[in-house]
Amino acid sequence: MTVKGKVHKYGDNVDTDVIIPARYLNTSVHSELAKHCMEDIDKDFVNKVQQGDIMVAKENFGCGSSREHAPIAIKASGISCVIAATFARIFYRNSINTALPILECREAAERIDNGDEVEINFDTGEIKNVTKNEAYHAEPFPDFIKEIIDAGGLMNSIKEKK
Amino acid sequence: MGMTMTQKILADHCGLESVKAGQLINCRLDMVLGNDVTTPVAINEFNKFGFTSVFDKEKISMVMDHFTPNKDIKAAGLTKCCRDFAGEYKIKNYFDVGTVGIEHALLPEQGIVASGDVIIGADSHTCTYGALGAFSTGVGSTDMAAGMATGMAWFKVPAAIKFNLTGKLKPYVSGKDVILHIIGMIGVDGALYKSMEFSGEGLPNLSMDDRFTMANMAIEAGAKNGIFEVDDKTIEYQKGRVNREYKIYKADDDAEYEKVYDIDLSEIGMTVACPHLPENTRPVEELGDIEIDQVVIGSCTNGRIEDMRAAAEVLKGKKVASRVRCIVIPATQQIYLDAMKEGLLEIFINAGCAVSTPTCGPCLGGHMGILAAGEKAVSTTNRNFVGRMGDVTSEIYLSSPAVAAASAVLGRIGSPYDLK
Repeated sequence: MTVKGKVHKYGDNVDTDVIIPARYLNTSVHSELAKHCMEDIDKDFVNKVQQGDIMVAKENFGCGSSREHAPIAIKASGISCVIAATFARIFYRNSINTALPILECREAAERIDNGDEVEINFDTGEIKNVTKNEAYHAEPFPDFIKEIIDAGGLMNSIKEKK
Repeated sequence: MGMTMTQKILADHCGLESVKAGQLINCRLDMVLGNDVTTPVAINEFNKFGFTSVFDKEKISMVMDHFTPNKDIKAAGLTKCCRDFAGEYKIKNYFDVGTVGIEHALLPEQGIVASGDVIIGADSHTCTYGALGAFSTGVGSTDMAAGMATGMAWFKVPAAIKFNLTGKLKPYVSGKDVILHIIGMIGVDGALYKSMEFSGEGLPNLSMDDRFTMANMAIEAGAKNGIFEVDDKTIEYQKGRVNREYKIYKADDDAEYEKVYDIDLSEIGMTVACPHLPENTRPVEELGDIEIDQVVIGSCTNGRIEDMRAAAEVLKGKKVASRVRCIVIPATQQIYLDAMKEGLLEIFINAGCAVSTPTCGPCLGGHMGILAAGEKAVSTTNRNFVGRMGDVTSEIYLSSPAVAAASAVLGRIGSPYDLK
């Protein structure tokens, strides 16, 4: 599977409070959460983002709260994949469990700039920067985790095993 | 190769003789927790995938603490969703207005979690129960849904960092100062994916409330869990609370640690984390003249009885500065009652503080004390991210209850010594 889109780039320690502020957590409706995605760090994000776009950040992306509303808001806003140098651990497992594609790749996190056009092949882990004509490589997931993602998330995977 | 305390608990709960860092395992759960924000998302997943029974109605806890008493109509809908589910599935540990406390103060107080347990909670500060010597970690709502249905969760076995504690805390210095000091030292991703294990000859010098505060903020260093070796204080704390057998685990002598830090408790001073990351720590004396608008004393980090006592000791006979709002929130009904019996609430109210029923409210900018544009707060909570407690231009300084109380009186950030 491949995705292609324009990059929205952020820095270190993007926390769940800026991904989706707690004042909007009185709902869990995906489309409503998407309306406020990244609001406190990038007010314009919801107007700029196009279906299939890619989010790239540096260290410790998604740190802070355990709110699954964060990956839900990102996914519902149209983002097809998040690439970061490292992810905070709860965000990491929430993304796997809810089947939001994420990739850890330090080189990509450093080289890719805001607005670059990027193409990702999830089977090989190859990240192609079309704008810069460069390629980076992310480690593929271990089989244990790949099974969850391939099933479409944790609930599908435990349902299949039942 | 020996195992860390965390690895031994995990091995026992996945039916293996031993596990090693990096291994992916499926573990049996002793408790699955959620709150009024995260549980509705879990219930939605649970129902969507057609589950019709829970793995054990006694091993699920639902704590309505974040936006309660219901702050608006949508929040009322969230608690109603949880209340209806808890009723239908006869969830034993369902806590609502009147019995509710902040989840991470409540569960240990009520003896619902114990040493040696494996606990997941759809709340990042679930790592608090590591103070009891349990493996306890925050997860998302889908993990909670799967946990409620199957009683299992997947984990990657963490490597560990050891904190070898020696010495004794100075006056006015608390577990909050120790953990802020440590986060300042290793950074907000200094323990990413790892366990923080606390032990050493200084351990008996830390109260259980100090340990809860420290384990609570392990997540603020990116850790998977924080865990304390079990000693006499842990066992004493659980007497009369935990009415079941529990198991005490100890790290092997040859357990492997990625790093060992020696922490002399007597060298740590009162510490404040400046905006906008918990790692931006400085000794309170070095902050200079920073005027403040609000003080919050409470939360799952610092809403326990010792925190109330520390704040009251500073506030006794004093008045909160005229332009400062000081909000005190005992974390549970029992702490509220104890604070009342000890005369602490009277001290707070006479000093000009607002005292609230238990709620997470202001910590996450939910309700009960939101900050306006440009306002500054000193808070005993755990996160000082951009916009966390209100407007995106507001600023949060994290501190201990003693420093927060002193700052409320001073109208600027300062220590109890500045009042003398």
